[in-house]
Amino acid sequence: MRPSERPLGAVPRAVSLVLLAAFGAQIAWQGMQPKPVASAVALNAPPPLPALRVASIGEPVVLAQLTTLYLQAFDNQPGISIPFRDLDYRRVTQWLATILALDPIGQYPLLMAAQLYAQVPDPARERLMLDFVYKQFLQDPNRRWRWLAHAALVAKHRLKDQALALHYAREIARLAPAAPGWARQMYIFILEDIGELESAKILLGGLLASGEVKDPHELLFLTKRLDAMKNAEIQTPMPKYGQPEPAPAGKP
Amino acid sequence: MRSRQIATIARFTLIEAFRTRLLWLFVIVLALILGTAFFIQQLAITESARMQIAFAAAATRLAAVFVLSLHILTSMVREFNDKGLELTLSFDLRRAHYILGRLSGYILIALLMALVATLPQLAMAPPAAALQWGLSLMLELAIMAALSLFCIVTFTQFLPAASFVFGFYLLARSLTAIRLMSDTPLLGNDGLSHKVISWLVDALALALPALDRFTPSTWLVDNAASWPALGANAVQATVYVVLLATAAMFDFYRRNL
Repeated sequence: MRPSERPLGAVPRAVSLVLLAAFGAQIAWQGMQPKPVASAVALNAPPPLPALRVASIGEPVVLAQLTTLYLQAFDNQPGISIPFRDLDYRRVTQWLATILALDPIGQYPLLMAAQLYAQVPDPARERLMLDFVYKQFLQDPNRRWRWLAHAALVAKHRLKDQALALHYAREIARLAPAAPGWARQMYIFILEDIGELESAKILLGGLLASGEVKDPHELLFLTKRLDAMKNAEIQTPMPKYGQPEPAPAGKP
Repeated sequence: MRSRQIATIARFTLIEAFRTRLLWLFVIVLALILGTAFFIQQLAITESARMQIAFAAAATRLAAVFVLSLHILTSMVREFNDKGLELTLSFDLRRAHYILGRLSGYILIALLMALVATLPQLAMAPPAAALQWGLSLMLELAIMAALSLFCIVTFTQFLPAASFVFGFYLLARSLTAIRLMSDTPLLGNDGLSHKVISWLVDALALALPALDRFTPSTWLVDNAASWPALGANAVQATVYVVLLATAAMFDFYRRNL
């Protein structure tokens, strides 16, 4: 049986020398090249939706998921981490809207908008993201109410914009019958918080009278809450909307 | 005498490519790419020409690399299986000259493919940028031709050779990004393992050509490359083709036929 390889001596010396010289030249050449420098790349506008639908070759959900991961990882570019405040938030909302158009059932882009991008310490950007969540909620309230509920909390506690929080909470109550009771009743408690006790009382009383709340525990809780409101009104008048409210106990 | 032998092998390598209709295949692939690029251009609301050029350039580059590499691998496997190699080497021919002849033929094919690939870009993009892109594609294809030849001579089997070629190509194109990621610990992990990985990646970058600096579509749509950058690519391609060719010769001399 023949050995599969001949000895090293079978290789002409010139070939070995050129091989070594070429390898040395390669190392030297690459060693002379400057080290790569990380530079942030701006987020481009998303491709048009029809083009993405074609590119998805019948799998828009998979493409939406891949696009989501691309967007999510965009702030971590090779060798550099871009703060959220340096991202072009209008572009980000365009990407999120495109992803939702590709996969309307998916909740991931709304989670990113409400829980990730809305955490930026910049009220203008926060509002942009909350507005995005609200607009997307309007397209499918029964499926997307939870993100608007979160947006209402962000508006209330972070932006201190009670009117905006109340608006979002009211929209959930008005448009999302599939949302659970706590979400649809949220606006009543926001009203209570901002001192609109009379309105809160009427709405809560109306809710109880409507028979919509069926769970006995929830019914008991809401009744107690209504009673507490009535007692509070008798004992100490609540501050009215527009007056400063006490500082929150902790960070939301 | 020796150079005539090399030229003859190169000529037959070229004839083989024509007879196996390699260039027609590449023209058909190119037509499909251009059709798709045109479709994308029609769909785009804005920057339609930019999208068309960028897609066509990126897809053409990939297609050229894959078609050329697969052709070289299958051509050499056929040569091994048909015993054409034994017949050729039974003449008064050095093994190094066989490799040089084959490589010259494959580089000529790469040149033709780069030429065909550049023609549509000349019509769509600025001529100087298209010319630079085409030259860079030619250099990249020359490296890939030498790599494919080296792999098939070393592994002799199609599957491991193809896997190595495409793995190498992906790694060489993404190595700069990998270096940047390994140099900057984003998660704050600056321990020994991170340093070792960073050192290994830097060592790998010394041995591989930085193919991400070759033939980017941004040359066509944003800024044309500087000629010195193209010159640097030419130096890199020359060094690497010589390295791979001698490595292929080294393995070929050690093989027992």
